[in-house]
Amino acid sequence: MTPSLHAGSLHIQQLVKEYRPGVPVLKSIDLRIDGTGLTSIIGPSGTGKSTLIRCINRLVDPTAGQIWLDVAGERLDMAQLHGRALRRSRRHIGMVFQEYNLVERLTVMENLLTGRLGYLSAWKAWRRKFPAEDFERAYQLLDVIGLGSFAHQRADALSGGQRQRVGIARALMQQPAILLADEPTSSLDPKTSVEIIQLLREQGRERGIPVIVNIHDVELARRHSDRIVGMTGGHVVYDGPPAGLTDAHLQTIYGGQAWMQ
Amino acid sequence: MDAVNTTRTPAPRAMRAFAWSGTQKAVLLAVLAYSVYVIAQMDLSWARLSTGVHQGARFLGRMVPPDLSKMDVLWEGIRETLQIAVLATFAGVALSLPVGLLAARNMVPGYVRTAARGLIAVCRSLHPVITAILFVKAVGFGPLAGILALVVATVGFVGKLFADAIEEISPKQIEAVRATGASFANVVLFGVLPQVMGRFVGFATYQLDSNLRNSTMVGIVGAGGIGGALFSAFLRFEYSFVCTILATVIAIIVVGEIVVNATRKALHV
Repeated sequence: MTPSLHAGSLHIQQLVKEYRPGVPVLKSIDLRIDGTGLTSIIGPSGTGKSTLIRCINRLVDPTAGQIWLDVAGERLDMAQLHGRALRRSRRHIGMVFQEYNLVERLTVMENLLTGRLGYLSAWKAWRRKFPAEDFERAYQLLDVIGLGSFAHQRADALSGGQRQRVGIARALMQQPAILLADEPTSSLDPKTSVEIIQLLREQGRERGIPVIVNIHDVELARRHSDRIVGMTGGHVVYDGPPAGLTDAHLQTIYGGQAWMQ
Repeated sequence: MDAVNTTRTPAPRAMRAFAWSGTQKAVLLAVLAYSVYVIAQMDLSWARLSTGVHQGARFLGRMVPPDLSKMDVLWEGIRETLQIAVLATFAGVALSLPVGLLAARNMVPGYVRTAARGLIAVCRSLHPVITAILFVKAVGFGPLAGILALVVATVGFVGKLFADAIEEISPKQIEAVRATGASFANVVLFGVLPQVMGRFVGFATYQLDSNLRNSTMVGIVGAGGIGGALFSAFLRFEYSFVCTILATVIAIIVVGEIVVNATRKALHV
């Protein structure tokens, strides 16, 4: 597999997001993520993990703060971009979703090629005139995710695990500089969850790009991450290697202790 | 309370579960009262109805045997009717695509949606025959007026249903396509259209069916098609030719419906 053209790095400064004025979900987040490796963000529901991930590629608009994305010698503040500039920068950020978010009525191949839409005019997209190397890369990726014979199946014919693999392949088609995943394993069984998280980690390593994953399952995060960020109440309360995450930290993050017995 | 309970046993639970509410009863009563009032007002009586039945029978009697001598007139009208229906459906459906897109809340800013919804509402509010009268005044007698009238009707119907269908699509699929950096047009092509295309084809075939029916009508006001021949046959008391025309129209509608249904099956919509 060819490495991505550019590895990106992310520097989040004083990021605040309020859905309702005066009620911040993210309360001044500072985070630097660069180099290779899988960073897991853990924390209770409603603590802003998804919001944080979605601010990075601007599916959610932040209220204040900066999100610096360094890619290909350029330094972009994702928090400030609009219109065409925002779309151009999104091409560098791959995203994997909890419920896969495949376009159900398109084929697996079409879903993969969706990852290249940022580079294609509407006229060519309408006629499915993607460059030959896009098809080449799509077939390679299908082999990587083990769905080589599924290219012309419709996405709604796949199982959950298969769909999430296609979701990952779609993100990788972008040749992203960073890869985001919002609860990618929450809708999957334990075995498939492990396979998916391993696939994300391997692909990140091979491409030399950072992977940022929201995750509910603490054990899964501990076992398969290079770094763990623990969030609670809109703040980062732990940032370090999985080995350093103690029960005391987990109590701070989730509160109480009965659940750990 | 005790006194009431002893004199009247409450309805069994099973009955009370589906009892009519006060509002429902009031509405039903109001509709009934209005109907009675209207019947009295309009002088509708059994006497008139029974003489009408007799006249209708005489009229039907004069329709047989059907007049088969003017097949060229018939064929000319039918051909024009089919042309009007097909062309109007094609053009109308093509126009409905952008109009429907612009009328969907999740696609465009509010003011664009309001404008597009307004256009659709205007297209829907007038019956095709009334629109046809307007177009006859504008572009003169003939099939062009009929085509334009039915294009308007198609935009009103298909545009609205298409817009509603787009407003119901899954935002998750759209979000994923947007996240790749795709332009608005590409989001529409790869995120929106795949989700609504099946239903859109369904609306379009239904509208073809409906336009076939309507295109037999617009001729009455001079907008082309078999309606013109039908109307003049009526005026000249040529009831046997009226019979031929009506039978042909019915046959066309039935055949059209069969063809449309077969098409829908073939396209899986």
